[in-house]
Amino acid sequence: MPRNVWTRAAIIAAVVLVSVWYLYPPKKTINLGLDLQGGIHLVLGVETEKALAAQIDHLAADFKSALERKGVAVARVAREGDTAFAVQLASPQSWNDAITLLGEFPSLERRSEDQAAGRLVLAMRGSEVARLRDDFVRQAVETIRNRVDQFGVAEPIITRQGDNRILVQLPGLQDPARAKALIGKTALLEFKLVDDQTPVDQAVAGRVPESAELLYQRRVDKDTKTEQKVPIVIQKRALLTGAELTRAEVSADPNAPGNWQVAIEFNPEGARRFGEATERNVGKQLAIVLDGNVYSAPRINERIPAGRAVITGQFTVEEARDLAIVLRAGALPAPVQILEERTVGPSLGADSIRQGMIAIAISALVVFVFMLIYYRLSGLIADIALGLNLLILLAAMAAFGATLTLPGIAGIALTIGMAVDTNILIFERIREELRVGKTVRGAIEAGFSRAFRTIIDTHVTVLVTAAILYNFGTGPVKGFAVSLFVGLTASLFTAVFFTRLLFDLLYMGRRRVEAISI
Amino acid sequence: MIELFRNPGFNFIGKRKWAYLVSAIAVLVCLIALLTQGLRYDVDFTGGTLVQVRFEQAPSVDRIRAALARVGLGEVSIQEFGDPREFITRLPLTAASSEEVAQKIQNVLGAEASLGKFEIRRVEYVGPQVGRELQRQAIYAVLAGMVGILLYIALRFDLKGGVAAIVAVVHDVLVCLGAISLTHREFSLPVLAALLTIIGYSVNDTIVAYDRLRENRGKLLQRGRSFVVQMNEAVNQTLSRTVLTALTTFMATGILLFFGGKVLEDFAFVLFVGIITGTYSTIYVAGALVVDWTLYVEGRLRRSRPGRGAGGTATPTGKKAVAKA
Repeated sequence: MPRNVWTRAAIIAAVVLVSVWYLYPPKKTINLGLDLQGGIHLVLGVETEKALAAQIDHLAADFKSALERKGVAVARVAREGDTAFAVQLASPQSWNDAITLLGEFPSLERRSEDQAAGRLVLAMRGSEVARLRDDFVRQAVETIRNRVDQFGVAEPIITRQGDNRILVQLPGLQDPARAKALIGKTALLEFKLVDDQTPVDQAVAGRVPESAELLYQRRVDKDTKTEQKVPIVIQKRALLTGAELTRAEVSADPNAPGNWQVAIEFNPEGARRFGEATERNVGKQLAIVLDGNVYSAPRINERIPAGRAVITGQFTVEEARDLAIVLRAGALPAPVQILEERTVGPSLGADSIRQGMIAIAISALVVFVFMLIYYRLSGLIADIALGLNLLILLAAMAAFGATLTLPGIAGIALTIGMAVDTNILIFERIREELRVGKTVRGAIEAGFSRAFRTIIDTHVTVLVTAAILYNFGTGPVKGFAVSLFVGLTASLFTAVFFTRLLFDLLYMGRRRVEAISI
Repeated sequence: MIELFRNPGFNFIGKRKWAYLVSAIAVLVCLIALLTQGLRYDVDFTGGTLVQVRFEQAPSVDRIRAALARVGLGEVSIQEFGDPREFITRLPLTAASSEEVAQKIQNVLGAEASLGKFEIRRVEYVGPQVGRELQRQAIYAVLAGMVGILLYIALRFDLKGGVAAIVAVVHDVLVCLGAISLTHREFSLPVLAALLTIIGYSVNDTIVAYDRLRENRGKLLQRGRSFVVQMNEAVNQTLSRTVLTALTTFMATGILLFFGGKVLEDFAFVLFVGIITGTYSTIYVAGALVVDWTLYVEGRLRRSRPGRGAGGTATPTGKKAVAKA
């Protein structure tokens, strides 16, 4: 017997055992891609610019009030672009006070200034901008994860992609429209006073004071199902936001049968501020604004101490439930936009699996029979190697947690065709060596060693393309790259190592060998 | 023992002029197809919305078209998809969000009673930003694949072999693209994946032939034989292997094409075409080019340094051969 046959046999036995162990039970161990099990794949873009601009508005307001506290009169502050704002002092004499105050705002730097005119432009530092952008995206990922968890989807994938993108994959989802609404909603809840000084007609005509804005309240007529948008003037400053919220529960709307409402409760700090705000504004209307839409604007009759409120808005039970979820999970720090969406229904996925499996089975069968007829006993060896190859391929996918996609199934079918390539190379070489008159053993020896270099070369080129595909690809294509890569690596092992072992066992024993079935 | 070829002695390389003609015509036809008809890009690259709908009863396409025209979502393309009950509609990018588009389609088809019950089986929306990125990445991926292979062959063999292999690959890619254009298929992400696979696969056979050439050149008896004969011999010696492996892979992709389902059809089609042209180009593009290039270089050497034999210069065994000569 040639060198260490038993060691090699043991290695192969170990590989088989490990493979089976990883693969059992197959339904649980192989991750199916969304294109196979159905589900929704979303790429969201976080619009960090908008959130940055809002942040700058806050800073500008803070800076202005800080100046005024020091007795410096400010003519105007206005945002310039997404990361800067301009300050116009009432008088250039107070320039030095303004510059001194700037020391208290470490995130700001002077971009340009005109001391004589009392005007300066302050910009947020680049490092601060980068940190904020990063925070926005990270918070958005967290918030979306919270929402999806509360919505109840099994094994969702929510990850950050690149700078400002979020990948969301929800397998096996039945109602994509609802999921998208749930994920994409900014859910910024604000409590703002109605501006009763400005007549609505004047605002609609375009004359809105700087401190207010024109928003709309959506009303649906139950009988005609027609939608109506009622304009309403709201003060820009929010008394309270959803950030202070602790609970949000669905309940039936006692005033409108068939409608549902969301009852919310603030944390102690929020409750205190809510109490103070309502006390100061008794008799005024308080608007509940969600993502820029007014849901209701009840009149404040008295101080509300317990920090409880109710959002009504002619909700169906599902709408109310989803609203409660997004309120509990918190607002997105910035609006998100759907950049890419791929939704596959479960029935299409099932069809794909069935057809893919049929294709794999037929091609395996055809290749199997072909090898058997063409190379006889050696063909059988190659077939066993092919079986082992498929086993390792699937096990490796299970072990690495790789995802099997429809193109991945195609990759497996293709691997079947290509995997026997290596054995064909070796067998043809052995035949050639026999033809020039070598003994069986000599031919086997020469066949394997000569074919080896070629095998490495051919594998490297396909592996290179598979690696490029992996780096380039999106979900399904990536799946193809993975199965191609793993399949070829496995074929390197099975064809060279495993086939060689079988040949050694069959022909390299102590017996004299006169003929080889190849 | 069943053998496809017993000691094949086909004069492949000798007939390379004919092959050049065939290749030139094929590439020309494909180029004309690409230039006149162009490639129809799928929503992956153009951006837009794809909706796959299955009806309970086979509807008429005109009805669907009329129904969708009412929503005013721009120019809608409607295509039967593997089954008379199943359709794919493609909509261009509009100001409306993906959500609205899918919802509108659902509403408008639901409102058309004559269409009967239906199920939306797949929705793909690709925004303008993502479409542009995918386009750019696709070009990078193809280029990276070619450069990677060029580098590998240039290192393993020589630059001449690398360049010839790349010319063969370009030939294959062009033929595949032409075939897509001629059969009115869409260029989508899976098609791109198939194309990249073909790039890797096509080079495979070429390497096997080069490897054999190099091995033969290391043997003493090769001295003094013309390069044409050597290359032809290498191609013949590896012929049965080339044909056999092409055959098994070809069977696998053929089965994928006919049984793999409609979603995979275009993908399998590209592989199918690519394997045929890949095998052909190994012999007639890569092999033949190396031969002519080498002959050209040798001719110039002989003219500039009379008296030296045609021992071969930089070929896939390159420097070694020169040293022995």
